[in-house]
Amino acid sequence: MSSTSHAEHAYVAHHFHSAEQQKEAGTLGMWLFLAQEVMFFGGLFCVYAVYRLLNPDAWLAGSASLSVFVGGVNTTVLLCSSFTMALGVYFAQTGDNRRLFQALVATLALGLLFIAIKLQFEYLPKYREGVFPGANWGPYGHHYGHLADVANQGGLQMYFVLYYIMTGMHALHMIIGFGIMVVLMVLARKNTFGPQRYMAVENFGLYWHFVDIVWVFLFPMFYLVR
Amino acid sequence: MATVVTDPNAAPAVHYLNWRKTVASWLFSLDHKRIAILYLISISVFFFVGGLLAAAFRLELLTPEGDLMQADTYNRYFTLHGVVMIFFFLIPSIPAVLGNFLIPLMIGAKDVAFPKLNLASWYVYMIGGTLGVLVLVTGGVDTGWTFYSPLSTTYANTNVFLAAMAAFVTGFSSILTGLNFLVTIHTMRAPGLTWFRLPLFIWAHYATSIIQVLATPVVAIAIFLIAIERVWGVGVFDPALGGDPILFQHLFWFYSHPAVYIMILPGMGVISEVIACNARNRIFGYPFIAFSSVAIAIVGFLVWGHHMFVSGQAMYSSLVFSVLTMLVAVPSAIKIFNWVGTLYRGNIVWTAPMLYAMGFLGLFAIGGGTGLFLGVTGTDIHLHDTYFVVAHFHYVMVGGAVMAYLAGLHFWWPKITGRLYNHLLGKLSAIIVFIGFNATFFPQFLLGMQGMPRRYHSYREEWQLLNIFSTSGAMILGIGFLLPVLYFTWSLVFGRRAGANPWGAKGLEWEKASSPPSPHNFDHDPVVTEEAYAYTGREQLSV
Amino acid sequence: MIDFRVLPEKASTFAESVDPLYWFLILFVGGFFLVVCAVVLYWGVKYRQRPEEDRPSYHPHAIKLEIAWTVVLVIIALGIFVWGSVLFFRAYDAPDDALEISVMGKQWMWKIRHPNGMRETNELHVPVDTPVRLTMTSQDVIHSFFIPAFRLKQDVLPAKYTTMWFKATKTGEYPLFCAEYCGTEHSTMGGRVFVMEPEAYAAWLRGEGGGEAPDDVLAAGRRLYDRLGCAACHTAGVENRGPLLEGIHGTTVEMTTGETVVVNDEYLRESILNPSYRVVKGYAPLMPSYKNQLEDEELMNLIAYIKSLPKQQVAIAEVK
Repeated sequence: MSSTSHAEHAYVAHHFHSAEQQKEAGTLGMWLFLAQEVMFFGGLFCVYAVYRLLNPDAWLAGSASLSVFVGGVNTTVLLCSSFTMALGVYFAQTGDNRRLFQALVATLALGLLFIAIKLQFEYLPKYREGVFPGANWGPYGHHYGHLADVANQGGLQMYFVLYYIMTGMHALHMIIGFGIMVVLMVLARKNTFGPQRYMAVENFGLYWHFVDIVWVFLFPMFYLVR
Repeated sequence: MATVVTDPNAAPAVHYLNWRKTVASWLFSLDHKRIAILYLISISVFFFVGGLLAAAFRLELLTPEGDLMQADTYNRYFTLHGVVMIFFFLIPSIPAVLGNFLIPLMIGAKDVAFPKLNLASWYVYMIGGTLGVLVLVTGGVDTGWTFYSPLSTTYANTNVFLAAMAAFVTGFSSILTGLNFLVTIHTMRAPGLTWFRLPLFIWAHYATSIIQVLATPVVAIAIFLIAIERVWGVGVFDPALGGDPILFQHLFWFYSHPAVYIMILPGMGVISEVIACNARNRIFGYPFIAFSSVAIAIVGFLVWGHHMFVSGQAMYSSLVFSVLTMLVAVPSAIKIFNWVGTLYRGNIVWTAPMLYAMGFLGLFAIGGGTGLFLGVTGTDIHLHDTYFVVAHFHYVMVGGAVMAYLAGLHFWWPKITGRLYNHLLGKLSAIIVFIGFNATFFPQFLLGMQGMPRRYHSYREEWQLLNIFSTSGAMILGIGFLLPVLYFTWSLVFGRRAGANPWGAKGLEWEKASSPPSPHNFDHDPVVTEEAYAYTGREQLSV
Repeated sequence: MIDFRVLPEKASTFAESVDPLYWFLILFVGGFFLVVCAVVLYWGVKYRQRPEEDRPSYHPHAIKLEIAWTVVLVIIALGIFVWGSVLFFRAYDAPDDALEISVMGKQWMWKIRHPNGMRETNELHVPVDTPVRLTMTSQDVIHSFFIPAFRLKQDVLPAKYTTMWFKATKTGEYPLFCAEYCGTEHSTMGGRVFVMEPEAYAAWLRGEGGGEAPDDVLAAGRRLYDRLGCAACHTAGVENRGPLLEGIHGTTVEMTTGETVVVNDEYLRESILNPSYRVVKGYAPLMPSYKNQLEDEELMNLIAYIKSLPKQQVAIAEVK
């Protein structure tokens, strides 16, 4: 490859002809990965749609017990993390590894904040007050006690089954993202990224935005049922 | 005159098999060819595990009374046979072995687009496989490979959770392989290799990969929900707890119907290569075979409801699924016509792979044709869940996919290993498999017509004769499958050197790469200047 | 000697109408297979590579041929679809005057109950030349009610009703199976269908041919109806919070969403268990769900009683 410069060559894996080919492959691969993620969550959305149609009353009752305020705060937190991630991609492209590192720290911190809010104000209080489907189902306490009066307890449990599974699956995707972010932070510290080499950050950015978008769907589906 | 006498067919001094020799160099190899060999060994093991299970319950079915084994044992055997053969053999078989080995070679690339992901896919497959083996040794599972709720979620006493996780994990291996192939085919083709110069093997894998990427996640989530339901004790699909079991069937078949195309489409790709080479002809109707693969992949997403005509699904849905099913049969028939047409005015050589390929044509014609009985609503009512379905499925999956896999393995074995196997034994095994297969599964069409339901441990006495035929056939089939193991293994040590192109075939893997290929496939980056299958009719065999 | 037949004996109107399609398909697919084999063998021999022949490779552009066989295949496929679908339609469309029999599947037996309450297990007695409609449900897993001689089969689901109808054409005894894998003893879950002359069936219903003593389904249903207080809302007058149930079975009613629904067993069942899912137009979704409060058996009794309620012209007239 006499036409490609040496500097560029160093970042190109041996089986690619050019950096351009490598970039094209990486981008296409990431989009295909997201396509399979869409189908993965699509199956869950399908299940959600069917059971919501079957149990409209339970969905109303279940949704009324979620705090739109907490959900809204979390939505904001996540959107902010998407913004810092987008900044990170920009800094990676311009080769500003120091600012990229800071952007990743901010994104990670916001992600952790999201999970912390979710645990502290949503999962744990519900679990403690019996709003957890299965053998120990039995809402009580002044927050959730009224749920015990809902006639369609089966439907209500189904609402919370899907609530835990779908938000849990979303949180799992975030936690996987945290791991990748740490790796990227280490690489940023080593001044790895630059105009020739930023695909890893860009592709992770796509992933992070996707996870964000999933939440943007989950929020109205669970919190804003009217 | 050369002073040193050398074998013109000798392998190159350094090739992918010998350039590194440690175990680690295999287990951590990023070379698509070595990963293909890893898959070849692992899926062969699963194939024979699945086959032994089948042999055991075929023996049990010799007599109408369930006397050889308990109903529980029988149920576990057929469930594991299905799970092992589908998730651990058929789905990875052609793509992960032949596809992995050949796609980069055929398109003139040094490797697949993501070699590390490729190796990771094999490890994911092995983790799934290990879970599968754990299921096997911890008592098996008895829900049928379809995991229908509420039997699987509430009533089964076996290790459904582990089996579901095994299938779930293995699914990701399939998704990642498909993703890798799609990117490879899109971005790694050699200069001059335009879409319509691609071998049809590549088109078939392209269509297959689309299904792997888009359908597998849906079954992953469906099976994951079953697993959750088992451990958490909530009712996602159990009607007693407010769930809808029909919803599970929809999600399951949304994947599992396209999954049969994951199994058969790569086989169709193999058949196109083998027939074109052995007829020394350009493939008849190249664009029609290419687009019919894509058509099957797309329409195949819309026919899942034909598994549910008697499930209680709305009648009009059934009619829509039925008409789409009839339409998806058309591209398959078009392929058969084009393959037969390829023989016309050719220079046909009757090699072992060609015999397998012709066996495929006949068996696939029956397998596809009997699909009409099941795709038509009126006739499916009687045949649904009978042995007719079992026979149809095996005609497509064994008569189709496995025959094609064997055709491919016989065809590319000289390329993969650099050695020739005993050709006469190869032809003999093709004939034995063909006879044994028909003897096993043709009687099952009759059993199904007569109303024998599938998954029956004991059955009515009048069905015994046909069952005896079927079991005897299975023994012949078993011999037919064992034979290649023997002569292939023998060829590794004693086989004659193959040379780069023993069949006189066209294609980059034959014309530009040595046998076995070098670690980086080609000495010089190939450039393509002609159509695929540019046979002249004068190519000679040297086997 | 063995009495060999490709298809089992046919004993229903549906079997008689569908069998020609099976034979057509057998001949069609068999013919297709034989043609493929014949052509492969003929060309395989004729065009084999021979050293004395120099036959250049054949590169056709047979676009017209390709289009022709595609069109022909599509037409054949659609023709077969139409043929099969017409039959399927018939298999669905039960006549109004069909004899109603209820079937309950459970691991691993079939429990059957006749209109007068006569019960039997793993045996089904039906009159010949009379349309019979089975309303089926399962107590546990999915089963499938399969009578090969009738060429009919229908999955039987837990917590849901499915139906199947047939008109037997020949008296005799026919095997009955469970076709959907349902656990350990799946293969023993079956029995016999007895098709009898109507007089013989009537006598059998009176208990003259075995079978368990009938209990009074309607009385049991009535007791439930009173105990649950259905009439508190489903009544004429100022208390009219729910639609009148008298004579409602079999009618077509409009929902709040504008769709229309035929009131059948399945809809009644849904309205009891999941009342707010589809509410009759003009009523508020007030009714509580009776999910998990009724056994399947009780539900069947209750529905049987609601079905038996006669239309009360007078009562409705008074309201107006």
